[in-house]
Amino acid sequence: MTLPVSECIWLHGDDVCQIEHLAEVSGLTIEEIDDLIETGVIAPVDRTAQPISFRLHYVLTVKAARRLRDDFQLDRHGVALALTLLRRIDELEAALKSLRR
Amino acid sequence: MKFKDYYQALGVERSATAAEIKKAYRKLAHQYHPDISKDPQGEEKFKDIAEAYAALKSPEKREAYDQLGRHPNGQQFSPPPDWQQQFNTGESGFDDVDLSDLFAAFGRAQRGPRVDMPLPGQDYKVTAPVTLEQIFGGEEIEIRAELPEYDQHGLAHRVAHTFRLTLPTAAADGQRLRLAGKGGHGVNGGRNGDLFVALALRPHPFYRVSGRDLYLDLPLAPWEAVLGAAVEIPTLAGKVELKINPGTTAGQKLRLAKRGLASADGSSGTLYAVVRIEVPKAVGDVERDLFLQLASASPFKPREHFATGATP
Repeated sequence: MTLPVSECIWLHGDDVCQIEHLAEVSGLTIEEIDDLIETGVIAPVDRTAQPISFRLHYVLTVKAARRLRDDFQLDRHGVALALTLLRRIDELEAALKSLRR
Repeated sequence: MKFKDYYQALGVERSATAAEIKKAYRKLAHQYHPDISKDPQGEEKFKDIAEAYAALKSPEKREAYDQLGRHPNGQQFSPPPDWQQQFNTGESGFDDVDLSDLFAAFGRAQRGPRVDMPLPGQDYKVTAPVTLEQIFGGEEIEIRAELPEYDQHGLAHRVAHTFRLTLPTAAADGQRLRLAGKGGHGVNGGRNGDLFVALALRPHPFYRVSGRDLYLDLPLAPWEAVLGAAVEIPTLAGKVELKINPGTTAGQKLRLAKRGLASADGSSGTLYAVVRIEVPKAVGDVERDLFLQLASASPFKPREHFATGATP
């Protein structure tokens, strides 16, 4: 069965979304996403703009937050810490890869 | 329906206690969770582990699972008649049903109508291998995924779907595409899950990719490096002639602006041709004589700095 792709979204580039969208697609609460903003795991495009918006690639981050929360029964601090450390590992691996080139 | 040995997936005995099952799950989850593990097979392994844990952590589901009996992993089997009665399906009604979906439906049936909390549908992820040429050309690709479709009893049947989509020229390895609502059905008004497509760039025989830049190893003969040359090299847009200056050294990067991959802002990356000096593995008499003449005539001392201590 071949289906037309009526609603597909590339999670890159300059497209943005609101915090409610991040909550809807991830199943996290707005408060949980606020925690991720406070801890710097996700960052708004412009903190002074209202309503605040986020790059669409954060859909992947909040989905990962939800998985970590559910699969490891982590609390909010645990989720933020795990995501921060995972991001640092990704950055270090990218730097290492670049140095090896 | 294929049998899955959930106890084997968690590495526990069939007599394991709930605490032992939980401990085994946690240990394996730390090892294979897709957000943590770098194991390329990690996601698939974690899926099996999570599926096994979801069935065995609930006493009711575990009891139901145990009633299915013992079968070798992957062997076709039919659930007991009372299961077929429960889901009002015939002998072949479970053929295209995954055991995990059967247990999900079983769980909903057990909870009954008193639980009306909305539950979101499951997200699905598929990997779409793509070539550099497909990205560069913004080509259309086909993605195949087995996705659930639900019968009147809420039982998911896996149905093969093909999606056609056009790659943006700014696409990159690992980039995700979200097909909203194409995953598992939500329950009690919960939103449908999504299908995520992850692009996996196939290794290219010529190019290495770094962001939007491409690196191409450019082998040169020693005389081409010394004397200079005009050589034809491949680019994603076709062949181009590249001028090699006399005295080109190994490791030198020759820059071809705007011959890399396109960026989202409309700019293009760079193609770097990285010089490698190759020598013939075997030489004939004439070549040997010429190299001997060169060796005696040339004042070139490539290791002179070892003696002087100077930087080459």
